[in-house]
This record gives sequence, C-alpha cells and structure tokens, in this order.
Amino acid sequence: MSKKIIELNNVTKRYNDVTAVDNINLYIRENEFITLLGPSGCGKTTTLRMIGGFEEPDEGDILFDGVRINDVPPYKRNINTVFQRYALFTHLNVYENIAFGLRIKKVPKDEMDRRIKRMLKLVELEGFETRHVDSLSGGQQQRVAIARALVNEPKVLLLDEPLGALDLKLRKEMQIELMNMQKNVGITFIYVTHDQEEALTMSDTVVVMNKGIIQQVGTPVDIYNEPENRFVADFIGESNIIEGIMHEDYLVEFSGRKFKCLDKGFQQNEPVDVVIRPEDIDITEPDKGLIQGVVTSVVFKGVHYEMMVEGGGFEYMIQSTDMQPVGVNVGLTFEPEDIHVMKRGS
Amino acid sequence: MKNRAKFLAYPYLVWMAIFIVIPLFLVLFYSLTKGNIHDPSSLSFSLESYARVFEVNYLKVIWKSFKLAFISTLFCFVLGYPVALIISTVKAKYKSILLMFFLVPIWMNFLLRTYAWMSILSPNGFINRLLSFLGLPTLSIMPGQTAVVLGMIYNFLPFMVLPIYTVLSKIDRSVIEAAMDLGANKIRTFFNVIFPLTVPGIISGITMVFMPAVSTFVISRLLGGNKELLIGNLIEQQFTVQRDWHFGSALSIILMIMILISMAVMSKFESDNDNGGAPTW
Repeated sequence: MSKKIIELNNVTKRYNDVTAVDNINLYIRENEFITLLGPSGCGKTTTLRMIGGFEEPDEGDILFDGVRINDVPPYKRNINTVFQRYALFTHLNVYENIAFGLRIKKVPKDEMDRRIKRMLKLVELEGFETRHVDSLSGGQQQRVAIARALVNEPKVLLLDEPLGALDLKLRKEMQIELMNMQKNVGITFIYVTHDQEEALTMSDTVVVMNKGIIQQVGTPVDIYNEPENRFVADFIGESNIIEGIMHEDYLVEFSGRKFKCLDKGFQQNEPVDVVIRPEDIDITEPDKGLIQGVVTSVVFKGVHYEMMVEGGGFEYMIQSTDMQPVGVNVGLTFEPEDIHVMKRGS
Repeated sequence: MKNRAKFLAYPYLVWMAIFIVIPLFLVLFYSLTKGNIHDPSSLSFSLESYARVFEVNYLKVIWKSFKLAFISTLFCFVLGYPVALIISTVKAKYKSILLMFFLVPIWMNFLLRTYAWMSILSPNGFINRLLSFLGLPTLSIMPGQTAVVLGMIYNFLPFMVLPIYTVLSKIDRSVIEAAMDLGANKIRTFFNVIFPLTVPGIISGITMVFMPAVSTFVISRLLGGNKELLIGNLIEQQFTVQRDWHFGSALSIILMIMILISMAVMSKFESDNDNGGAPTW
C-alpha cells in the first residue's frame, strides 16, 4: 500500500453553535481517488476546505506528509483546488489563467510554455490560449479550472463538486476524463460530491458523511453491498430497509418469516435493520415466492420497471425488466446473499 | 412583452427631447452664430466664438480646470480605494454603518456643504482660530486652489467610493481563494486579481468625480474667491454677467468635447486592460 499523504486526526470545526465537522478521523493515501460523499450540509465541503487551508480546524490536527499543517496558509500548501463554480480569473485569458500559479513560482518562460501546452492538450483545449474565459462553455471553463490547478503539479488536488453545474451528458464525459487524468498524472484526488452515482463511478475510496460525522469508509463495492447503517443504505442507491430480528448467526426474521443469510456476529434476538436492494428481488408466481404480495404501482424507468409490492407488512420496491400490472398477486424471491443485516442505529 | 412595455418609455423620451436634446442643439446653434440673440434676424453663422476660446487667457482657465479636476480625482482615488476595500471586507453589521458615513453628507445640500467648508477654511474660520488659539501661525488657503481642491475632494469622494465598493463586493470570494490556492499571498492576490477586477469600478468612479469637478463653478466661486476662475465660472459669467450667449455656448461645447475625449481615452484604457493576457507583473 502507498503511504498516507494526508491525515485528519480528531478534527472538529464549528461555525458559531453549529458543528460542521464533528471529530473526524481519516487518512488519504498517495495516488488515491477518494470521494467525500453526503447530502448538503454534511460537512464534506468544510472538510475539503480545511485540507485546502481555507478554514482552520477548531480541534484536532491535519497532517500533510506527516507534518502538521493546521495553520499553514493555502498559498504555502502543495495542494491545489478546483472550485465549485470554477472561480476563473475573468480579467485574464485561458493561457494567463493557467499560467497564474507558474508566474508566481517564477517558472522560466520556456518551461512555463511547455507545461501549459501539455495541460491544454490534456484537457483538450489546444488552440484556446488567447480565448477569453467568459466566452467558453461551462465544460470548457471547467477544464481550464482543472488545467490551472494541475499545471502546478500539486501532490494533492481538491475538487469541490466540480461537475455540479454541467448537464448530465457532459457530466458523464467529464467523469471519465477526470478518472483518466488522475491515472495519467498520478496525483491524489480528493473529490467532493453529493451525487452517489458519481462517487461510485469514479472513486477508489468513498467516505460517506452525514451531520459532520463519517458514516462509512470503503470501496464503492463495499459501500453499496455492505452499508454499515441505515443512512448509508438509504443514501447510496435505492433500498428496501426492513426492521427485523437476528435470531442467531445466519438466521434473520422479517416480514413474518425466517430467512437464511450470510451475516453473523450479532447478539441473540437482536433487533436489526435488513437491507435488500430493489434489483436483487425477483418476481415469481405467488406460490413460489418467499413473500406474497400485491402490486400497488408500476413506473417505467427506461432500463427497467420500478414496482411497489405490498406484502409481509412492508412495501417492497422492486426493479425488474419483467412488468406485472397493478393489482396482480405476485411472489417475491431473493437469495441469502442478497440479504444484508445492519445494526439498528439512529 | 418587451414590445408591449415600450410605451412606458415615451414619457421619458419626451422629457429627454425637451430638456436634453433641444437644449443641446440650441447651445450648438448659439455657439456657431453671432449677433443679438433677442433679434433672430441679426444672427449669422460665425466661428468667432470658437476662435476666442483659443485665446491664451481662456486656455489658461481651461488648463487650470482640468488640472484641479485631475488633482481632485487623483486624491479621491487614493483616499477612496482603500476605504472601499475596507468597507467591502468588514462584517455585514459594520458595513452599513461605514457606508452611512459616506452617504449622510450626500443627503445634505451641496451648497450647504460647500458653505460649511467656507467657514472651516476661511481666514477667520475654524482652522485658523484653532491655530491662533494654540499660538501657531495661521494659514491662508482660502481663497485659493488648495481650498477648491479640498472642496472638490470632499464633495465628490462618495462618488469614487461607491462604484469601487459595488464592484469589490461583487467579486466572488472563491476567485480570491483560487489566487491564494495558486500560491499568491495577500499582496499578490490584491495586485494580480482584486485590483484588475475592480478596473470597471475605478473607471466609473473617475468618471463620476472628474466630470462634475471639471465643470463645477460653485466650489471654485465659494472657496476660490474671484481669483480662482474655472471654465465653469467662465461659462456661467457669459450667461449671467457678460450676456454673451454665443461665447458661453462655444465654451460649453468645447468643455463637452474635452470631457468626451477624456472618457474615450478612459474606456480605451479599460478595454485594453480587459482583453489583456499580458502579465501585470
């Protein structure tokens, strides 16, 4: 494993009476693409701003390469940021925007030229040097902002919802481009977003935050398949979250019957939350199902249908390409590995 | 929608025609004629008035008007920019108080404010009485150019501060953070980012100070006595004392042309700065 480049130890940040970030511990490894994910106001941007040096933590330490950087101003950190609304310098053209950091570092003219050329190539804006930044489209401005940050060859690049203002198609394209760039330049990316799909697509590691507290840290697959609590299960993708009781290892009861599952380590008869993803439930004949129910609504979603089935004291959401009309009696089946048991929490 | 609301502009168009366009043409007409203005038949085309403007005495007055207006504008800028910067950076609750300090004098009548300066600066005014009370030699700045410039600065300073403040307060905070993120310390950030972004505010501030300063006649008469004649006084005299409307009109047109040239130079300067990719350091 590569070494830890940034560490946050017991970091807390308060604004007046509001605790934006509450005693978080997190480390980020070199060359990692890590995403801070959560709803607005969860503290993800505050965390990013503390790493960038725009906010100072009230408690705890931030380490960069093992050195405490709590009170190091942004202009002395080997970190660059891509801001939410790009924050380009409207009085300068594309070339001068990208050159800004290099001029301050007094990089020689020919080297500066070379590095800017390479950046413009990377972000596919060759020939845009003398264009005024106001005359660029949102996606182009975004790429200038990325080039302006990357040209300084920082050890860490912070990205604060950089794709938020783009339309869906462009956003998907830029996601792929950013991932490729990160692999090509070998820089640690710390990415902030509220879009769970974006986080799952792009990241090596996802940090799910809520109310200033880290809910779960893990790979996208872990976060999706093994959510640690109700919040994560609910926030990442669609979920059926059913209250149940864990009788013993590998045996859980919900919707009025017992199911085999792969989870263990709970106390006997411990109340738990059970997660079953809508795409993991199959619809069958009523007598072949583990749970019997009746279809209450059907919505066509393009790739699949989204059906609500009432049965076993719960309204299950099912995503399937097989449509059953409203009012039909159906059976629901799923495999033991589709059942995920979580501790009952907040 | 756009077209239907058009008629709302008609009252203003009428107003503009009667009180701006027609008078302008009248001024232009008088400046290009000679004769008795009360007897239309005696009027004939002439460039005599314009020729008179270029007599040395009058050129001196024009030169002095521009010089004093320039000095006042410069001082307003040097005093006003830091103030605008401070107001834009203080906390919201102090912001309105500070702005009030600049706005309250504007609520008072312009003439009253200038009279107040008279009583401060005059030979027996506040400053000199204070100085003699302290046993110090008294100053004789009024009547004189210094008093005129002080009066101009006092009266026009808010018009420098407000546009600069407006532009400053509209600058996105993240742009400043971006500069610091890219390695610029506070001084660098100011000179390479904040200042260039406020150029439009500076231009309109300079315009709003320079134009009334160059054409004022009240400040120069009250604080300059009779010896500091400016182009504004000259024009006023032609219409009220000398009754030479032709010459007064010619002076007005010349003043207008010179102001327009100044503004054109300014906006050229602004657009140069605008598309500049050239480094400023």
